[in-house]
Amino acid sequence: MEEMITGSEILIRSLADNGADCMFGYPGGQIMPVYDKIYNNLYGVRHYLARHEQGAIHAAEGYARATGKTGVVVTTSGPGAMNLLTGLADALMDSTPIVAISGQVGCSMLGKDAFQESDVISSVLPVTKWALQVRRAEDIAPAISRAFFIANSGRPGPVVIDLARDAQIGTAAYEKQEAPFIRSYDSDPEPEEGAIEEAARLLNAAERPLVLAGHGIMISGAEKALAELVEKAGLPVGCTMLGLSGIPSDHPQYVGMLGMHGNLGPNINTNRADVILAVGMRFDDRVTGDVRKYAPDAKIIHIDIDASEFDKMIKCDLHVHSDAKKALEALLPLAERKDRKAWRASFDKHRKIEEERVMARELACNAPDGKMLMGGVVRKVCEAFGNDAIVVTDVGQNQMFAVKYSRFNKSRSLISSGGLGTMGYGLPAAIGAKIGEPERPVVLFCGDGGLQMTIEELGMIMEYGVDVKIVLLNNNFLGNVRQWQHLFFSGRYSSTPMVNPDFRMLAGAYGIGAADVADASQLDAAIGEMKAHKGAFLLNVNIDETDMVFPMTPGGNGVDEILLNESEYYKPV
Amino acid sequence: MEEQLFTISVFTENRVTLLHQISMIFSRRCLNIDSLTVSACSIEGVHKFTITCYSTRPMMEHVVKQIEKRIDVIKAFLLTDSEILFQEVALYKVPTESVVNTDIEDIVRRHGARVLEIHPEYTVFEKTGHTDEIMELYAHLKPLGIRQFVRSGRVVVTRSSRELVDEFLEKRMKKLQD
Repeated sequence: MEEMITGSEILIRSLADNGADCMFGYPGGQIMPVYDKIYNNLYGVRHYLARHEQGAIHAAEGYARATGKTGVVVTTSGPGAMNLLTGLADALMDSTPIVAISGQVGCSMLGKDAFQESDVISSVLPVTKWALQVRRAEDIAPAISRAFFIANSGRPGPVVIDLARDAQIGTAAYEKQEAPFIRSYDSDPEPEEGAIEEAARLLNAAERPLVLAGHGIMISGAEKALAELVEKAGLPVGCTMLGLSGIPSDHPQYVGMLGMHGNLGPNINTNRADVILAVGMRFDDRVTGDVRKYAPDAKIIHIDIDASEFDKMIKCDLHVHSDAKKALEALLPLAERKDRKAWRASFDKHRKIEEERVMARELACNAPDGKMLMGGVVRKVCEAFGNDAIVVTDVGQNQMFAVKYSRFNKSRSLISSGGLGTMGYGLPAAIGAKIGEPERPVVLFCGDGGLQMTIEELGMIMEYGVDVKIVLLNNNFLGNVRQWQHLFFSGRYSSTPMVNPDFRMLAGAYGIGAADVADASQLDAAIGEMKAHKGAFLLNVNIDETDMVFPMTPGGNGVDEILLNESEYYKPV
Repeated sequence: MEEQLFTISVFTENRVTLLHQISMIFSRRCLNIDSLTVSACSIEGVHKFTITCYSTRPMMEHVVKQIEKRIDVIKAFLLTDSEILFQEVALYKVPTESVVNTDIEDIVRRHGARVLEIHPEYTVFEKTGHTDEIMELYAHLKPLGIRQFVRSGRVVVTRSSRELVDEFLEKRMKKLQD
């Protein structure tokens, strides 16, 4: 007779069989049978104890974004599960594969307002790709197999399995699951007949084509296909924020980041292009600006695996319903070899102006009283790591400067909360990224506001010795809100100045190395100290609070109506 | 853009939470569902939601795509009245004493209604038809004193020869075999 084991053990075994090597979590009353099995360290699935469930899920997100594997989270019922909501919403927006297991009260108590009961499934449905309550031990293995398949196929996203106590303590025989077939869900759609040919025809006829590359490039593993296509057809390529590192920053066809704080060249030339090839991106409002003024002269080809993105923001001329890799590989042999040198060179003119008018000041990194500017700090830190680090950001000015002044050599090198813009994401995500990719250096750029939202996760760094380099761009302000208050609310800095703790002492309390960089003259040495330090390190950098992110396309403007500084619009020749 | 009444047919697996998964896509946009009918359809194991809603075509097209994106939804279709045959059913309860004193036979015949129950205190009529037909009978019965009234959501079949979802399911089963 087959061996009967508890649902809790089936869960751990299922996680292992679906490729999980670790999970991030926090125990509590209604998940204790599972933690009793975690105690045995079964099946090689390590557990990392977060200090808050939100920290656990952001860590799982960082792990997933760095590795491409599914991040696993375990929490108790009620408050534990509810603390996942922000992370689930974040993962849904940014197509991050997560399987979250929440404990749940026993079936006989469901709906009776039992202690630490909450209606998890109803709460998480709007912020998950799929969610299921499991009530019997024998249903766990199929549910987990389905959860992993759904989370990390098609357009990835978060899945919640709500595990009633009965399922955890009940027994069943474990059966290894085949890859599930879900008839209602086509995870690998084929492009419509003729769509690739039509895309090639449009591209080949284009005089001013522009590729917009999104997160889908990395999710589908299309980095090589993208590089080959843009090299062969001489296509300039701009990246969305989440698409950064999908092509190396120094690739000759790479022309910069798109969007509100993107580079001048790709934004200006979006409205001059005659054909746009948008791949694995979703025309986020931060990318398009006013949609009525977006790409007026362009035929737009949209490649995406998620059909609900077609025509959502921008009406496109051709839809290619497929993952990015498959579509680009099919397009490659049909694309004509062209150099399009003059068109490619037209981006450089804008880049040069941006370098002179915006970036030079940032890179010089000198502000009054020895204070520093964020862009310069970011560039120095990244170069110190040979532009090979995984760059993790929090949200706000720190994020914009981090993504704009970092350079990327390798794919999956930027981990940042894009769609949801979740402050507090950075620290736990950096921890998860380092656990997922222990061989790569991980650098977190964060602000003093965001760091304090999940600062309890310094405990995870301490407990597990996670080597994360934390660069705190500290201006004692909620800088991005301050920037908007300065530009659009008459400089009324409502609730944005921060009275901060001594971060160096705080790091010290957790046994984490730290240094204050009060003056620009100390920066290079401090970066060197951080890099040489074995283990985690916090660099508390004294940033000028008047530093603002430019170029900027204020809300309501067209993508090519760009501020170079607070009072001057860019007037391209 | 002009609003009009759309019918959305959603074919789903027979699972709990589907109603929530579908309705949240409307509530997210503050769209009011006008009527809703859920039942089995001609394919074993497949459930059919029929939803009507006043909105614009671009809005409804996007709603349909987001409904279809849900994993447990097999397929969703946006339909206009010309593509479908549809009916609603309504029940009207009026006091029996007011019925006996009117030309009720004429009303029932003219409206193609039928009498469901006659009780010493009340009489219940049933009428199947389109909304306007149902409301016409309502207007005729109103002087008698309507004590209770209920109108169902639409039930719909399309003017296509098979269930709209058949082709998709065949394609999926072929993919499984390949």
